[in-house]
Amino acid sequence: MTRAATAAALTAAALVLGLAPRAAVSAQAPSRVISIVPAVTEMLFAVGAGAQVAAVSSFDTSPPEVASLPRVGGLLDPDLERILGLRPDLVVVYATQTDLIHQLARAGVATFEYEHAGLPAVLATIRRIGARVGHDAEAERVAASLEARLAAVRRRVAGRRPPRTLVVFGRDRLALRNIFASGGVGFVHDMLEAAGGANVFEDVDRQNVQATAELVLARAPEVILELRGEFGSIGRGDIDRERRVWNALLSVPAVRAGRVYILVDSSVVVPGPRVADGVEKIARVLHPEAFD
Amino acid sequence: MTIRARLVRTIAAFGAAAMAAILLAPLVGSTSISLVKAFDASIPFPDNVDAQILFVARLPRTLAAALVGSALATAGVVFQGLLRNPLATPFTLGVSAGASLGAMLAITFGWSLSFLGLTPVPIASLAGSLGAVAIVYWLAQARHRGLSTNVLLLAGVTMNAFFSALILFVQYFADFAEGYRTIRWLMGDLDVSGYTPLVAALPLLVVAFVSFAWLPRQLNVLSLGPESAEARGVDVDRAQRLAFFSASLATGAAVSVSGPIGFIGIVVPHLVRLLVGADHRVVLPASACFGAAFLVACDVIARTVLAPVELPVGVVTAVTGGPFFLWLLVTRR
Repeated sequence: MTRAATAAALTAAALVLGLAPRAAVSAQAPSRVISIVPAVTEMLFAVGAGAQVAAVSSFDTSPPEVASLPRVGGLLDPDLERILGLRPDLVVVYATQTDLIHQLARAGVATFEYEHAGLPAVLATIRRIGARVGHDAEAERVAASLEARLAAVRRRVAGRRPPRTLVVFGRDRLALRNIFASGGVGFVHDMLEAAGGANVFEDVDRQNVQATAELVLARAPEVILELRGEFGSIGRGDIDRERRVWNALLSVPAVRAGRVYILVDSSVVVPGPRVADGVEKIARVLHPEAFD
Repeated sequence: MTIRARLVRTIAAFGAAAMAAILLAPLVGSTSISLVKAFDASIPFPDNVDAQILFVARLPRTLAAALVGSALATAGVVFQGLLRNPLATPFTLGVSAGASLGAMLAITFGWSLSFLGLTPVPIASLAGSLGAVAIVYWLAQARHRGLSTNVLLLAGVTMNAFFSALILFVQYFADFAEGYRTIRWLMGDLDVSGYTPLVAALPLLVVAFVSFAWLPRQLNVLSLGPESAEARGVDVDRAQRLAFFSASLATGAAVSVSGPIGFIGIVVPHLVRLLVGADHRVVLPASACFGAAFLVACDVIARTVLAPVELPVGVVTAVTGGPFFLWLLVTRR
């Protein structure tokens, strides 16, 4: 008997016995999941639980199926009324949203807590959410395939000298101001290492560093890699203009060798099931000769 | 002692402090550099990392701190004189809130217009401050002959609150990384990485500083109240307009370079008055020098204390300036 049929039979039995249907369903895989975490939304669809997703955060863009789903706010502004109104049986939240977690607990709604951490945590979260929504086998397949692809990238770049790389998340338009770069911990740092790069801020025990002109000059990166999650208004010409902004720092090896790259692709900024795509893209930038 | 002698002595002392700060600040930073190598002309500039750190990173940054510190301190003096309120700051009349709103819009919506070496965020911030100045000015003179300082103050404070609400509204649309950068901008930052932002702001600052040169005597008389000033033959209306526009211009230009760095505009003028008395002919130039020295010193602290991570310079000015100002408030008279 399939899982769905079991659930239907149990629900029918519960109804016949006069039990609240909720008690019967909650023993089963949740059927109405709300995800406030875009990375986990992607995981839910990747493990085949897309049909169970009832609503997503205001920031979700991937996969395309989320376009038609209701929106319930995000990390800073979750809309509790809307969430409860959609009658979820599981809400995926950030572990730091303690108020929301308490409120949902009082309302009797189960939560799945997400913590932003490194690359191993991404794989662990895929397995954990898969198990939670009753798709253990698919989650295992997705995670194992990601592991295999990451291992393949590692093999390709193995033995090549990792270029000293500055990874930039954001800065002001057309200026080297307010530059935020990856520190020596976290998911982007892990992606860079997996792709065969050495982080110039390896020694900084934080997820992000504000990189001043002096720091960039002193750390002398051989590659500057800017990750942009969204196209926004950036066109081809804008990207060339943005790359030239770095020319102000003449002595930086990446500038002199023309190795300043702007990757506009959400797979490089979302710690979800597309991390292997992101790592492959970064590896192709760092070691183009390994992919010829 | 004649005013001229006092002025010369004061400027010499405060000017020396400012020069010392500007000359010493580029020597320290998160990295240690060799001055011998930095000035070694036999190494081509693109190969000389030490020279680049000194001339591309540290020197423009120090000059930015000096200009911004000087502009905010003098604007503070002028606003305090104009509004006859010791608690006035360059940010009281909504100029910086307007500038911040502009910057928030530019960061959040990723505008990429540039003009005469100015990049999108400074352009938007300047436009925002000009808009705020225009609105506040219009409100203050709409139903009065001349400027009403009371209306100016009320309109300014209200515009501040209104713009702050709009800033929150704009931030609501920012995604997470942008939201973080907008908050960081509001803390103030002097890492200009080059001279273009300074060159772009300089004409505005020059106009403001030249206008300040006309103000000291008039501010002295204005401090007696508009009626007494009128009786002493001062064109109160003109003096107030000049003070309002020049101080707003200085503030707008400074904020476009560095973001709104707090406390300088209030702590420096009061400290200077404590040292040299209340005569604006001395206070204004002394504040220009001391503001420069103070912000340069705060920036040195900001970039070295937690190196390689940096403290926002606005945090340093607030942490050093805040308690000091409270102490002044409690101990003076």
